[in-house]
Amino acid sequence: MNNRPVNNSSGSRLGFLIPVVYILFLALPIYWLVNMSFKTNGEILGPLTLWPTNPTFRNYMVIFTDPSWYNGYINSIIYVVMNTVISVSAALPAAYAFSRYRFLGDKHLFFWLLTNRMAPPAVFALPFFQLYSAFGLIDTHIAVAIAHCLFNVPLAVWILEGFMSGVPKEIDETAYIDGYSFPRFFVKIFMPLIASGIGVAAFFCFMFSWVELLIARTLTTTDAKPIAATMTRTVSASGMDWGVLAAAGVLTIIPGALVIYFVRNYIAKGFALGRV
Amino acid sequence: MEKTWNNKAWFLVLPVLVLVAFSAVIPLMTVVNYSVQDTFGNNEFFWAGTDWFTQTLTSPRFWDALWRNLVFSAVILAIEVPLGILIALNMPKHGIGVPLCLVLMALPLLIPWNVVGTIWQVFGRVDIGLLGYVLNSLGVHYNYTQDPTAAWATVIVMDVWHWTSLVVLLCYAGLVSIPDAYYQAARIDGASRFSVFRYIQLPKMKRVLLIAVLLRFMDSFMIYTEPFVVTGGGPGSSTTFLSIDLVKMAVGQFDLGPAAAMSIIYFLIILLLSWVFYTVMTQSDAEQG
Repeated sequence: MNNRPVNNSSGSRLGFLIPVVYILFLALPIYWLVNMSFKTNGEILGPLTLWPTNPTFRNYMVIFTDPSWYNGYINSIIYVVMNTVISVSAALPAAYAFSRYRFLGDKHLFFWLLTNRMAPPAVFALPFFQLYSAFGLIDTHIAVAIAHCLFNVPLAVWILEGFMSGVPKEIDETAYIDGYSFPRFFVKIFMPLIASGIGVAAFFCFMFSWVELLIARTLTTTDAKPIAATMTRTVSASGMDWGVLAAAGVLTIIPGALVIYFVRNYIAKGFALGRV
Repeated sequence: MEKTWNNKAWFLVLPVLVLVAFSAVIPLMTVVNYSVQDTFGNNEFFWAGTDWFTQTLTSPRFWDALWRNLVFSAVILAIEVPLGILIALNMPKHGIGVPLCLVLMALPLLIPWNVVGTIWQVFGRVDIGLLGYVLNSLGVHYNYTQDPTAAWATVIVMDVWHWTSLVVLLCYAGLVSIPDAYYQAARIDGASRFSVFRYIQLPKMKRVLLIAVLLRFMDSFMIYTEPFVVTGGGPGSSTTFLSIDLVKMAVGQFDLGPAAAMSIIYFLIILLLSWVFYTVMTQSDAEQG
């Protein structure tokens, strides 16, 4: 008997090939996009080439110099950050309440929050437009930030509740006996304990707000137009500048790719609403 | 954990309540309002009763979209769940391969949905896309803008590309929680590879698989952006799923009444599914202690 770990579950020695092939399948379309972003439009439309023969940064230069492009990124980042801050700060006390107390209607409330996470954005697109028109908020960043709370607040509450339930209640009780007030205890003792939970919740709020298009596009026209909507416009009109479109796509992948390493162990947890 | 009864906890929930009420309850009320009214313009509304609901429930267009959506969800579940389990079982368990696999596999999950659409739109094009070009050079007639079968295949492969990683990550999270002792015991008993899977790994993955199936079902049931970018619901209406149809009706044609009625029916279906999800989650939370 050897002492090597026995939980190597692959039946054959070739088992490792399966994830490798899968990752290649994932990488191929992304590679094609990156490849295109470094080509000139002439080369894209010409005979198929597997890598750029004359690599060019022209497509990226267009995005970084044309305000209608780079403003799209700035707008997206503004409302996404606003949404993340609002969602997490509203969800923190609520998640604490759900993890520590029983109160009238708590289960119904928790369920109702979930239904909002699951609600199809298509149902809300039109009423949102009318509601925010009535408040004169159309084409502002805050409108998109608040609208995205529809699915991000429930998500943050569910994730944070999962993390908070893992903290023993004795810690709260000891702190109260030691004379901490609730706000002081929450900020000084409790929040550091669930710091990774807050990070994970913030990451997923950021991500889901970043990838959402339907609501963001409905609520904005020019001043707060997100990059995703700017891209759609280019697809439909302006004679298909494929290179710039590809470059814009590559740039939208970067925020996720940058932080993904730090949350790698929590990705499953976040997508499963903290229930793994 | 024993929870104390404290109704003051409502104050802690209040900010969430106000926020979600503003972004969910008020819009939903507007939808209910429209669903029972008719208008001839000029902001004059008339009571229409359940006309819109009857119209929606008897229109072939609604049933077609619903049917298409159900078939789509069934197909992607049938592909993504077994594929996800297979990949998760063969993931490396130690060393540098683990974070590498996790990061690379999670990448498609974090790409904006319309960019996912754009990637596949470009990738599948006959003139400039690798996939379309290669398939056609091999003699396969493939053009997703003209052929409904090709459009369906593209949308399904795109969804598999986009979301299988979620199933993999969830299953992997379930697998790593199995203690080594289980495998050692199985080895002493001389259990076959299949029995290890059937009697150790599958039962331990039951909970995460349930989450994966429910999440994938619900998300595929409200899919909008990706097929909209790739096919625009076409050719014809062969890839018009519920959400695409709804947006077409509400924003494109401005048929508020029928769109609102359809929204409510749609929402009720989602509500039912969420209830199943919630019951499953809270029950298995209780089982786990």
